[in-house]
Amino acid sequence: MNSKAANNVATGVIYALVVAVVGILVFLLGYILITGVPHVSFHFLTSAAESFKSGGGIRDQLFNSLYLLVLTLLISFPIALGSGIYLSEYAPNNWFTNIIRTAIEVLSSLPSVVVGLFGYLLFVIKFNLGFSILAGAIALTFFNLPLLTRSIEESLEDVPDLQREAGLSLGLSRWKTITGIVFPAALPGILTGIILSAGRVFGEAAALIYTAGQSAPMVSYSNWNPFSPASFLNPMRPAETLAVHIWKVNTEGVTPDALQISSGASAVLIVVILLFNLGARFLGNWVYKRMTAAK
Amino acid sequence: MENTSTKATTKQIITSEDVHLYYGDFEALHGIDLDFGEHEITALIGPSGCGKSTYLRCLNRMNDLIPGVKITGSMKLEDQDIYAPKVDVVDLRKRVGMVFQQPNPFPFSVYENVAYGLRLAGVHDKSILDERVETSLKQAAIWDEVKDNLYDNALSFSGGQQQRICVARVLAVQPEVVLLDEPTSALDPISSAKIEDTLLNIHDKYTVIIVTHNMQQASRISDRTAFLLNGNLVEYDKTEKLFMNPEKEETSDYLNGKFG
Repeated sequence: MNSKAANNVATGVIYALVVAVVGILVFLLGYILITGVPHVSFHFLTSAAESFKSGGGIRDQLFNSLYLLVLTLLISFPIALGSGIYLSEYAPNNWFTNIIRTAIEVLSSLPSVVVGLFGYLLFVIKFNLGFSILAGAIALTFFNLPLLTRSIEESLEDVPDLQREAGLSLGLSRWKTITGIVFPAALPGILTGIILSAGRVFGEAAALIYTAGQSAPMVSYSNWNPFSPASFLNPMRPAETLAVHIWKVNTEGVTPDALQISSGASAVLIVVILLFNLGARFLGNWVYKRMTAAK
Repeated sequence: MENTSTKATTKQIITSEDVHLYYGDFEALHGIDLDFGEHEITALIGPSGCGKSTYLRCLNRMNDLIPGVKITGSMKLEDQDIYAPKVDVVDLRKRVGMVFQQPNPFPFSVYENVAYGLRLAGVHDKSILDERVETSLKQAAIWDEVKDNLYDNALSFSGGQQQRICVARVLAVQPEVVLLDEPTSALDPISSAKIEDTLLNIHDKYTVIIVTHNMQQASRISDRTAFLLNGNLVEYDKTEKLFMNPEKEETSDYLNGKFG
């Protein structure tokens, strides 16, 4: 076989593999959307779930998912940002740093069900938080932290050292160089990392079954006091999320329209995650342009 | 160096004595004595690896960033010991600015690049910032080329323009000494000539120390030239004297292109 033929064969194989990947993706997305979207309606998105009758919606689950996501990011982003900055800017290249990096890698490959059970034993039982949004958010922080830290660290490391030298040589302190030059330059990458991890958190079920619980108690959306048990903002109430709802309706749902509900909810879940991804790209580009005046 | 010519006739702004620098076990500088006259342009020349950049980076302590570096000897900016334990490195670098080999503007607009150091130093008055930005860009001989595009990303300009923006960025914080580490080696001849004009333009207000491997450049712009070889200072004299009538054979060989 001459080199031209070999090249053609290699190109053909690569194209075939790409077609296979894209095909699987299109099939999955298409299947979920085609079976799910017809069941999505305004009523479906804005009414509470029914336990026995048909016609229930996913209002509370959708809200719980979003609320949990916000709480998770509120807890995990500052921690991840701090450790990302430490690892990228301050950590010396020694055995201790290597141990931290290895620990983060191990943590990131932890199965989410293990994270969930750990959260159940430690937060729900031991710390007596009960099945609650807070326990769920802490468990998701464990789940989210390694990837977020990694992506922040990598975004910061992608900023060339020349930029740091420029800042330091201008008489900026190390901290001001990091916050004033390195961080803004890395911000688009950091934002993308946050939003992609948000997609993972939003779709997570296993870690939440044992922490945030599987029930969605009636809450009042007009009660803005987060300390009131009836308030939708109360972080101490149990909260079934969309992903958990899908799992539950499919395994033990007794409503006649369980299949329709899980199809519709899956479609909503996928659409929201797609929106996160598109949003990540758009926001990253927009922020980069704002920061850098690039045309 | 017992040579009396190491003493500049003008006021000395930086004096250094017996500077040794070690990267771990490797000794890169073997005791350098060099003084720099205020408002003069001093060129450091020598073949690659002779230690000229290493020496330059001692002057604003940029070598501190490299792990395993040890520096001995004395280095003074006016009366202040640069390596004294109580020295605030941030303050030192405000007084001794630096331009690097690769143009490294921040990924912000031209205006922001130049105003940045001032802002972080606490200047927020828009009219003062505007004024300083314009003056600095004019001093760096780049104003005419960027005045209509001040809010474009600095990275969208050519390498030579970026380098002059970097010069303007340093001048904006009004240091006393400007260090340049082969500032034109990544640039084309026309851009290099513009940088040289810039340096000639500013040296009535600033002390300029430039590392270059371009001997013509050193002879064109500098008042004094120091020739370094293998981590030693071989000869230091008025540029004219060093180029026309060097005392040491190595200097003459290097200038005549026998090595390096």
